Amino acid sequence: MSNFSNYLFKNKHLLLLFFLLPPLLWLSIIYLGSLLVFLFHSFFYLDGFTGKIVYKISLNTIIELFSSAANIDILIRTTILAAFVSIGAAIIGFPIAYYMAKFTSPKMKIFFYLAIMLPLWSSYLVRVYSWKLILAKEGILNWFFSKLHATWILDFILSMPVIGGPSLSISYLGMFLVFTYIWLPFMILPIHASLERVPNSLINASYDLGASKRQTFYKVILPLALPGIAAGSIFTFSLTLGDYIIPYIIGTSKFFIGQAVYTHQGVAGNIPLAAAFSLVPIAIMTIYIYVAKKLGAFNAL
Amino acid sequence: MISLKLGGIMRIFTIILTFLISYIPFSASSAPLQSLGDGEGELNVVAWAGYLERGQTVEAFDWVTGYEDNTGCKVNIKTAGTSDEMVALMNEGGFDIVTASGDASLRLIAGGTVQEINTDLIPSWNTIDPRLQDAEWHTVDGKHYGTPYMWGSNVLMYNTNAFSEAPTSWNVVFEEQTLSDGESNKGRVQAFDGPIHIADAAMYLMYHQPELGIKDPYELTDEQYQASLNLLRQQRELVGRYWHDAFMQMDDFTNEGFVASASWPFMVNLLQGAEQPIASVIPQEGATGWADTTMVHAEAANVNCAYLWMEHQLSSNLQSDLGTWFGAVPSVPSKCGTGLMDPAAGIYPEGADACKINGIDNFDKIYFWKTPVSKCETQDSCIPYYKWVTDYIAVLGGR
Repeated sequence: MSNFSNYLFKNKHLLLLFFLLPPLLWLSIIYLGSLLVFLFHSFFYLDGFTGKIVYKISLNTIIELFSSAANIDILIRTTILAAFVSIGAAIIGFPIAYYMAKFTSPKMKIFFYLAIMLPLWSSYLVRVYSWKLILAKEGILNWFFSKLHATWILDFILSMPVIGGPSLSISYLGMFLVFTYIWLPFMILPIHASLERVPNSLINASYDLGASKRQTFYKVILPLALPGIAAGSIFTFSLTLGDYIIPYIIGTSKFFIGQAVYTHQGVAGNIPLAAAFSLVPIAIMTIYIYVAKKLGAFNAL
Repeated sequence: MISLKLGGIMRIFTIILTFLISYIPFSASSAPLQSLGDGEGELNVVAWAGYLERGQTVEAFDWVTGYEDNTGCKVNIKTAGTSDEMVALMNEGGFDIVTASGDASLRLIAGGTVQEINTDLIPSWNTIDPRLQDAEWHTVDGKHYGTPYMWGSNVLMYNTNAFSEAPTSWNVVFEEQTLSDGESNKGRVQAFDGPIHIADAAMYLMYHQPELGIKDPYELTDEQYQASLNLLRQQRELVGRYWHDAFMQMDDFTNEGFVASASWPFMVNLLQGAEQPIASVIPQEGATGWADTTMVHAEAANVNCAYLWMEHQLSSNLQSDLGTWFGAVPSVPSKCGTGLMDPAAGIYPEGADACKINGIDNFDKIYFWKTPVSKCETQDSCIPYYKWVTDYIAVLGGR
């Protein structure tokens, strides 16, 4: 035993390896390994006659994914909604984060933290289901509008093409509202963290050098907050790309990527197509991060 | 020294690997059990949610405790949400019996996952509804692979405020029309969001377009299949949102103004219980439905307990009480009107025949659910299920 510890003492690298090995194994085998095995299935294909997976490398499934108009619809639909949700969450999240970081007393800050985190402590499903009730035709929001004699506003919004529908809970607008609500904390917290690190002296220096409030905001604060916005939007964007529960509960039953993966794998046993579908968000996120980096979103890191 | 350690690790690794390989089940195609022994003290079950109740949800609904007391077999329940999950769980092994629906049962038989059963060892076998005794979803080449559990049908659920009289055809969910409350059905009807709903469309066409030559809604040639998809595309225009789970549909009927949909008696009963203006009917075209079977795993560790269970499911209060619980029909007709199906139990109204309410007379109108496969009986070749899935997703997406 003492020999062993002496040996380890002399070979520090080995000791490090010894401690790091379990988490590394966990990460590489259970986390990445299983993901890669699953994704690799996209290079296999389903035999049209028997419905069994053929374990031969081929691009059949990838071609199938992109040659079907219905699949392309799903990819575009999901990406556009994810983009809108990210933008919406950023527009709502930034002022809150800004106020929290720069204008609140420590006590108020704790209150804001709680207010943002509290919904995350309750079940995601409960919150989505309650939104269904809020948005329903005979739900709270409708009742509220009718009490204000403003049902015509709601009817006007719902009569618009694409975003409208028979009721808020059966429309893209409703989905947008729920997605934005659900992922908002993931936008606010990174923006807040990045704004918190902007030193007040820097802002004062900007004023001292004659910049107006508007110039200070656009030239100093916003560029420094950009990594936070980028990080937040990576969360909201990728979470929306992968979610399959909200589209089942809210919306018009048109499929999103998450549902397609869930259905092809769980119901149809078409694992190759499910794997091919899940390659798409990974590709989109890679492009997104690359473009964000090119645009300088991470320069201030 | 390190290499020694590595050698040790490798040895352990090899042992684990050998163990894993030896664990891969070999399909044993042997004769069914010939004689019954004593219970092993345990029974591991894969079942649909709500299928095995021991009074934990509502005290009066208990058909497991009696079995455990009589046989000494302790029941362990694993619930599954879909047929695919059931097949996967059974393939993993470690379970004795499963309550398989028509789609899963044939797959389990074909895969050698379940064993042939000896009906002589189930004293109450002859009390089973004769229409179910040799049903094709558990009988292959004259061999029985399970004991009928429960069956029921999908129904056309409708809102009595929108329909002054019961609709006679499924056309209320397929074709645009003005309902008796003076408004169009557009945006007010629903359909199931599972691909198996294609069979409902095929069933509708089978009745209205006989020239297509559909003989079985689950066995469709390309032409019949395309016609069904076209009907569903037309339906997409009418359906605001498809339903996915029972409680969400109930919410849609209560809060979203939906007035007609294919549904289950389960939802109809609960909505009527909540005093909603809801009724149901099986229209002239017939309906799709489900029939479940208790099947025994090929390598079941507790075979005796499994046989004791199959007897229990036929002879105890299970049939009547589960039928009441689920709005389903007992596989043993003599159980109608007993247990909780007896109006004296206070659930069904005085003088009512619970089995009639749940649809025992509809058997011949029902096309029982089964998995569409390429090799089918009524046609040369049929569209398999995975195609149904892809195309139904496209239909939902408006393609």
